[in-house]
Amino acid sequence: MSDEKPRWLDQPRNVTHLVYVLYAACLTVLLAELGIDKHAHFAFENLFGFYAAFGFGAYVVIVLAAKGLRRLIRRPEQYYDPPESKQPPQ
Amino acid sequence: MTEFLLNPAVILILGSLVLPFLRDWPRRLFMLALPIAGLVLLCSLPMGAAGEVEVFGLHLETLRLDRLSFIFGLIFHIAAILAVIYAWHLKDVLQHVASLVYAGAAIGAVLAGDLITLVIYWELTALSSVFLIWARRTERAYRVGMRYLIIQVASGVILLAGVAWRHAKTGSIDFELMALAEPGAWLILLGFGIKCAFPFLHNWLQDAYPEATVTGTVVLSAFTTKLAVYALARGFAGTEMLIWIGAAMTAFPIFFAVIENDLRRVLAYSLNNQLGFMVCGIGIGTELALNGAAAHAFAHILYKSLLFMSMGAVLYRVGTVKASELGGLYKSMPWTTAFCIIGAASISAFPLLSGFVTKSMILTAVAQEHLWVVWLVLLFASAGVLDHSGIKIPFFAFFAHDSGKRCDEAPANMLIAMGLTAALCIGIGIYPQPLYALLPHMVDYQAYTAAHVITQLQLLLFAMAAFAVLYRRGWYPPEIPALNIDSDWIYRRFLPQAGHSAMRLASQLQDGAQRLATSAWQTGLRHAGVDRAAKLSSTWASSAMVWWVVLLLGVLLLVMLPL
Repeated sequence: MSDEKPRWLDQPRNVTHLVYVLYAACLTVLLAELGIDKHAHFAFENLFGFYAAFGFGAYVVIVLAAKGLRRLIRRPEQYYDPPESKQPPQ
Repeated sequence: MTEFLLNPAVILILGSLVLPFLRDWPRRLFMLALPIAGLVLLCSLPMGAAGEVEVFGLHLETLRLDRLSFIFGLIFHIAAILAVIYAWHLKDVLQHVASLVYAGAAIGAVLAGDLITLVIYWELTALSSVFLIWARRTERAYRVGMRYLIIQVASGVILLAGVAWRHAKTGSIDFELMALAEPGAWLILLGFGIKCAFPFLHNWLQDAYPEATVTGTVVLSAFTTKLAVYALARGFAGTEMLIWIGAAMTAFPIFFAVIENDLRRVLAYSLNNQLGFMVCGIGIGTELALNGAAAHAFAHILYKSLLFMSMGAVLYRVGTVKASELGGLYKSMPWTTAFCIIGAASISAFPLLSGFVTKSMILTAVAQEHLWVVWLVLLFASAGVLDHSGIKIPFFAFFAHDSGKRCDEAPANMLIAMGLTAALCIGIGIYPQPLYALLPHMVDYQAYTAAHVITQLQLLLFAMAAFAVLYRRGWYPPEIPALNIDSDWIYRRFLPQAGHSAMRLASQLQDGAQRLATSAWQTGLRHAGVDRAAKLSSTWASSAMVWWVVLLLGVLLLVMLPL
């Protein structure tokens, strides 16, 4: 492992750069909205940045809701194993 | 009868039975030739009904080719060819035979012109596909396979019951649009619904697919559920209930997918979510919506196969697809990583990839019906797809924190299969017109408008930004070795335990009743002045026993005599 040459992505600084590129892309497509006609089917679609806000918001809701769900439904990996195949803890 | 044999399904099913008698290269070439021959035949067959057979006074139409059955037959053949290439290296002939019989049965089912033919092929898909799970040859796979088989066969039995009921009521076994006016149609819908993984009927999918073999899961992911989508599109297009069922299917699996550790199980949840889009489109039932459902099924089979192939390659090389044990694999498997990202971006519906040109047809069809709640649910689910399939799968397998695991790149045949599938995903995304031309209805639809591209990019890029924020702040749920219970808990844990408790209660009641009876008997004996238990436990002469038996038989004879 030690003789492996370090990769560009191994540098946390470079990952941060990538994230900034992503933020810049977000800003670009947000501003691009000013130049288009949305052909909206629903009135709320015409709000500026509707898709951007919905994408961000939906994502956060999904992830945080799933974290909550995990408290309810998480079980050990051997939960369903038949009793005879369960190994006693070492 | 010869006309009956001129069916791609028959070629695949009968042809695959020859495979065990061949070795090495002849076997490989033959198993690739079978789906190709089927495809050539499919393309050369005339439109309309053929292969008519009379069985038990029923007129069966074993082959019906129209635009709807053609596009499903076509993509099933393509999926079968890609799966054969992906499994090229495999020596286990059982899996090759099972895959081809399964593919053939699925093709036969979509080409079926009547409900009886459909039921026969429907059950054959269940019976053949279970071997792709059992082929792992472990105790665990055996149990999973049994659960899978029971549910799949049950779906066929319910379907058959519905067909019989419908035949008794209407005298028809035609596989056409059905109204939910009689119980037979409801049973048929239930049979379809089980295979299509409707909510609460879905869990066989997440249970079984991740437990199949490396190559088996790729095959499984293509056929069963899309056969059910075809059957719904044929039998129940425009059934309003399906809009809501479909919307529910798009939404609920995403929460499970976010916290699932087994990456092939994440893909199974994601598959369920994608089916929701198709079911929703079928429920809408307009020409655009049905085109959207068919197109999305076509694109979905490809990118879902591609994702399962990439995770299969990881499983093959590393031995696990648990997210908690992976990471940093891009260093070892750069090609697999690239193909996985193409699949992930396709399912997330990035512009220039296949999901973008197909999913939007369904969303547009929903919007045209002014169903804003459903539309928002589908949009919400689209952000969810980006999370679990678009980001989670490639990120945690190939990037995230380096697990230190190093392995070889996937075998050449797997890379070729992934490369071809990825090329199709990109090709459909860039140039969707040939796919649109194959759709069941002639509809003018333009995917690439400035508004569509910009709004879709906003949705996806801002959702990616949300991931970046959550992950870097440590708020994203960590990958931990655990399992999550789902509705399978009801039949794997609750019902068995409830049954167990009921049995225990019954035996306790029985014990109590026995104790009570014994003590009452003994009290009675004591009152009668007889020594405890002496009466029953004393030894009796055999002759006394014989007399009792004679007496009993005599009484019986007297009772029976008047009859």
